[in-house]
Amino acid sequence: MAALSPLRPDLAIIAANVAPGSSVLDVGCGDGALLAALRDRQCDARGMELDPGNVAECVARGLSVIQGDADADLSFYPDRSFDYAILSQTLQTTKRPDRVLEELLRIGRRAVVSFPNFAHWRVRLALLWGGRMPVTRLLPVAWYETPNIHHVTVDDFRALLKERGIVVEQAWFLKGDRLTSPAAANFRAEHAVFLLSR
Amino acid sequence: MATAPLPEASRVLDLPAPLPLDCGKDLPGVRIAYETYGTLAADRGNAILICHALTGDQYVASPHPITGKPGWWVRMVGPGLPIDTDRFFVICANVIGSCMGSTGPASAAPDGQPWGMRFPVITIRDMVRGHVALLDALGIERLHAVVGGSMGGMQALSLAANFAARAERALVIASTARHSAQNIAFHEVGRQAIMADPEWRGGDYYAAAGKGPDKGLAVARMAAHITYLSEEGMHEKFGRNLQDRESKTFGFDADFQVESYLRYQGLSFTGRFDANAYLYITRAMDYFDLAEEHGGRLAAAFAGSKTRFCLVSFDTDWLYPTAESRRIAHALNAAGCPVSFMELSAPFGHDSFLLDVPALDRVVAGFLG
Repeated sequence: MAALSPLRPDLAIIAANVAPGSSVLDVGCGDGALLAALRDRQCDARGMELDPGNVAECVARGLSVIQGDADADLSFYPDRSFDYAILSQTLQTTKRPDRVLEELLRIGRRAVVSFPNFAHWRVRLALLWGGRMPVTRLLPVAWYETPNIHHVTVDDFRALLKERGIVVEQAWFLKGDRLTSPAAANFRAEHAVFLLSR
Repeated sequence: MATAPLPEASRVLDLPAPLPLDCGKDLPGVRIAYETYGTLAADRGNAILICHALTGDQYVASPHPITGKPGWWVRMVGPGLPIDTDRFFVICANVIGSCMGSTGPASAAPDGQPWGMRFPVITIRDMVRGHVALLDALGIERLHAVVGGSMGGMQALSLAANFAARAERALVIASTARHSAQNIAFHEVGRQAIMADPEWRGGDYYAAAGKGPDKGLAVARMAAHITYLSEEGMHEKFGRNLQDRESKTFGFDADFQVESYLRYQGLSFTGRFDANAYLYITRAMDYFDLAEEHGGRLAAAFAGSKTRFCLVSFDTDWLYPTAESRRIAHALNAAGCPVSFMELSAPFGHDSFLLDVPALDRVVAGFLG
């Protein structure tokens, strides 16, 4: 069994803020790093993942993960079947992020969503001065092959939440692996994590 | 094969009471032939039940007594292998209705004559009832896991659904929760081939001088064998290659390699399998519909189950395609059961579960823990 890599900063925040013992669905769970951390917190943690290699890796680690697509396969879960439905670094890769968000809040009593902020100053600078689609540490892939098909900013996301009547219970903003203040987060945060409910 | 062999290597259990069947009858004098590998732990908590497929048997990791070939899953079951017999006590039982030592249509009925077509029609759940009786006799309350591919997967699902407390884990490979119209259709071709053979004699061929309906059984096996392979795999293996000849003969010999291969598969099958057993087991598979047993809702079959499930399909399996496994995964989700599901890529069609697919080995080892 391969050792799990240390938790990505946004995942560490999520893991630390999920109540121990709760039931969790991690949509787009990758290699299962968050699921394993949640399992250590006595959570009933399940995953969904598109990439079959990642799914096999998770199952080989004793995790419960189904191969599936956030856009298509969330509809098969009953209402409120989990305490938390988590979508980390995946929202921007879905075909219809708004519908996926609605599904998360139907399946989970709460939803946790994390995404790279496209309005971070480095990204703005790259576009403003370079005139090219940004390739940064958090967005390392060129426009033609990036899985991120719906780039989103902190303010865009907040606007969507407001429009849909979704409550922000808590939010965290990251610069590298450090928390940064919510003030001017749309400019200063590389990464955002939202805890949501209805 | 005119008489039922009772291979000596197998252990047998004679059930003390008749086995109640789904058809409403009780099957008297049931014998279950099985093999075990490894050592049962003192707490009896390390047992894994492997369920075999349609024409499989209990010789999962030891040589077949008739053909002398190695066990059918030696690449998966053994010391240090994904189903590790150094750690686990592995049980594999011949299903009732079959012909490798467990009671089936070739066995003697209470009147001393072979059952033949007087044998009651059995179901997958009846096979599982036989397995559970064996577990009772072995003193195994709760399996570490029940594992099966193809029809073995149906048994694993049925055991987990009907005897939920008996299995901690269920590993279901290349299987389905119901037989589709296409599945039933292929089986019907096989059954009609057997019954159209004059040597079948209404199923009462055991005492006949001839060999029984070998021709019909061989055709049944040929048709079924096609469904176990992928188009791509067949093309790669045989293409349009001719068999031991330079050109077509303008006749009906086995000109093509694929014809010769299928004929060989059909013929060699008749040496180790009973035609009536083939009829009964294919019928049991056709009758299998786990949702129907539970009020039409597949999720209801698993309600309240604490079993952990793992479902694996193969991208080239058109007999039990990925959609069937995904349907089961969705039902298990709806029932709130812990479930893993993945489609693995392998070129061998349905038979992939028996062949060299390293990704499957990792998943099996990981899931069994």
